[in-house]
Amino acid sequence: MPKHRMHLLVCGGTGCKSSDSDLLARDLRNELERQDLTGEVQVVMTGCFGFCEQGPILKVLPDNTFYVRVTPDDVQEIVAEHVIKGRPVKRLLYVDPETHKKVSDSKGMEFYKKQIRIVLRNCGFINPENIEEAIARDAYAALGKVLTEMTPQETIEVIKKSGLRGRGGGGFPTGLKWEITAKSVADQKYVVCNADEGDPGAFMDRSVLEGDPHTVIEAMAINGYCTGASKGLVYIRAEYPLAIQRLKHALNQAREYGLLGEDIMGTGFNFDIEIRYGAGAFVCGEETALIHSMEGHRGEPTFKPPFPSESGYLGKPTNVNNVETYANVPPIILKGAEWFSSIGTEKSKGTKVFALAGKVNNVGLVEVPMGTTLREVIFEVGGGIKGGKKFKAVQTGGPSGGCLTEKHLDLHIDYDNLLSAGSMMGSGGMIVMDEDDCMVSVARYYLEFTVEESCGKCSPCRIGNKRLFELLDKITKGNGTMEDLDRLRNLSEVIRDTSLCGLGQTAPNPVLSTLNNFYDEYVEHVTEHKCRASKCRDLMTYWILAENCVGCTACARVCPVGAISGERKEVHHIDKSICIKCGACMEKCKFNAIFVS
Amino acid sequence: MTKVKTLADLKKLRENLQDKIHVRESGEHPESTIQVKVAMATCGIASGAKDVMTFFVEELEKRGINAIVTQTGCMGYCYAEPTVEVTLPGHAPLVFGYVNNRKADEIIEKYIKNGELVDGIIPELYHSIDETGKEK
Repeated sequence: MPKHRMHLLVCGGTGCKSSDSDLLARDLRNELERQDLTGEVQVVMTGCFGFCEQGPILKVLPDNTFYVRVTPDDVQEIVAEHVIKGRPVKRLLYVDPETHKKVSDSKGMEFYKKQIRIVLRNCGFINPENIEEAIARDAYAALGKVLTEMTPQETIEVIKKSGLRGRGGGGFPTGLKWEITAKSVADQKYVVCNADEGDPGAFMDRSVLEGDPHTVIEAMAINGYCTGASKGLVYIRAEYPLAIQRLKHALNQAREYGLLGEDIMGTGFNFDIEIRYGAGAFVCGEETALIHSMEGHRGEPTFKPPFPSESGYLGKPTNVNNVETYANVPPIILKGAEWFSSIGTEKSKGTKVFALAGKVNNVGLVEVPMGTTLREVIFEVGGGIKGGKKFKAVQTGGPSGGCLTEKHLDLHIDYDNLLSAGSMMGSGGMIVMDEDDCMVSVARYYLEFTVEESCGKCSPCRIGNKRLFELLDKITKGNGTMEDLDRLRNLSEVIRDTSLCGLGQTAPNPVLSTLNNFYDEYVEHVTEHKCRASKCRDLMTYWILAENCVGCTACARVCPVGAISGERKEVHHIDKSICIKCGACMEKCKFNAIFVS
Repeated sequence: MTKVKTLADLKKLRENLQDKIHVRESGEHPESTIQVKVAMATCGIASGAKDVMTFFVEELEKRGINAIVTQTGCMGYCYAEPTVEVTLPGHAPLVFGYVNNRKADEIIEKYIKNGELVDGIIPELYHSIDETGKEK
């Protein structure tokens, strides 16, 4: 096969795919065929580039041109100008929002400058459906190395020395977990990959599985070698169809190449992996609940100890790690523990992937070294707040985390710093909020989620969170009292201290952190019945300013409940007892006659 | 498709496959790779630049030289097309004019392999200003 002189990398992550990147790839292939260039130029569907905000993304190599927001309509021009004549299509380049200059090389973008890609090293670089490209990028080399050159104990020592900690949220030392599983004696052990990513707005694990499934397969096999397990299970939620499809494909290819199965690389080591589907219950991200779900029981947690490392799946020792944790393992084996522990902070080594979302300019997937400050992530990598608004808070750790404020912006991100600030690392969701977000509503939103997702096994979580939600709901409706605020805090502390599993123990975090950091906003809702972000509908009233109203009847016609009355060319009125505060009239009015307070 | 039966198999397979994505990896680190840019504007194409480019792509691979071959727009030396700019790591770019397959062969054998200069170099008699406004 002739070597292609040019590679067109099209992002095939879920984000870009939903903006038609597969049509783009198809059209590119067709156009190349029409121009008789298929032998010279290759179109590759890769995993996520991370810069989802600017998708679909097309990267042209070797000249390293990074096109953003490419549509099938641009295909002809790209082929005619760039592929044939070597002239980049300037209008599709990324424009730096600060300098307003066009940037063609991704290394010149603020978004990528602070990033170090270990976990995401192959995302946006290889075709995840082609094992050969993965092998060319060292896939399975770490497995080969441990199988032929290292004992299980030596391998565990390397992981321990690297300082890698669980990326699923808790931050438990990975090497220690492996060691405990390895030391447990049993006729059968299991390796489990937790791909039950349930935080709203988080998509780190999905992107790794979609962009580089072989790294996870390889790391699970390495774990199997270390712990003495011959069976692996990936627990993945059924609502990740693309990740499942690519993982299945990767598993089949690995078997075909003899990299999974019996007697791997002639060393006598046997290992294979099965996929188990989750129905998308948040609690099943908790390892004991996950194991019960895999066994076919209800997804409910049980008390620890015994830990899964001692008694897990079917009562056998089971090593459970999250996708991102596994993805760190092969580079550590190949490059050494010292290399890995040189990145990061004293107690948190390596990098962390964050799914940056919310009111930030560069929504996307970012991987930064531990110890990077929140300010760097939000304002440099993230490009600051959308629409030039004011930063208000950042929520880390999903429903289990907390809201941090302006004063925490210079906090160096690691497990311990986030915990002491009242939030947590979680699996890596990072939601940025601006002045238009009401913190009471945010807390209410997360509680609504936890109430929905609580498995109901223990009463603090089942009943307590429901009561917390009701209190928050009452406050957002303007019926709260000052005693309610004390009740919120007391109840939160009880739930935190008495719940059975991590879900319940951390569920009050959004309430506690907003109470601590935005107490005045709660007080405003209670005493003044005011929501400064104008988010709590029940605290708002719409009214018409008589001097601006010309009586055009536009508002009356758009009102879905007929709350607005008035004759043509006369001042209109809103009947507040009927108004549902949808805001449609305000949007429709051309004369700035409708106000909200 | 071959089964990987030993670590040596895997290593061999990897070496064979690395070529396929070499273009991508070197694109990430252009400063450490040999770069060959063929001028492919109307004038270049009319004078046979396409053949020269194919020659470079195929021959560099056959002779086991890791280089990236890209095309570029008109360099302004329309009288001397096809023109080719070669950048060896750590060296200033050199532009060769009137490049046909024979000349290309000479460039590969003498300049790219040994750094030996060959006839046909177009001297750079101008200064260009890049986008940042800094003089080159």
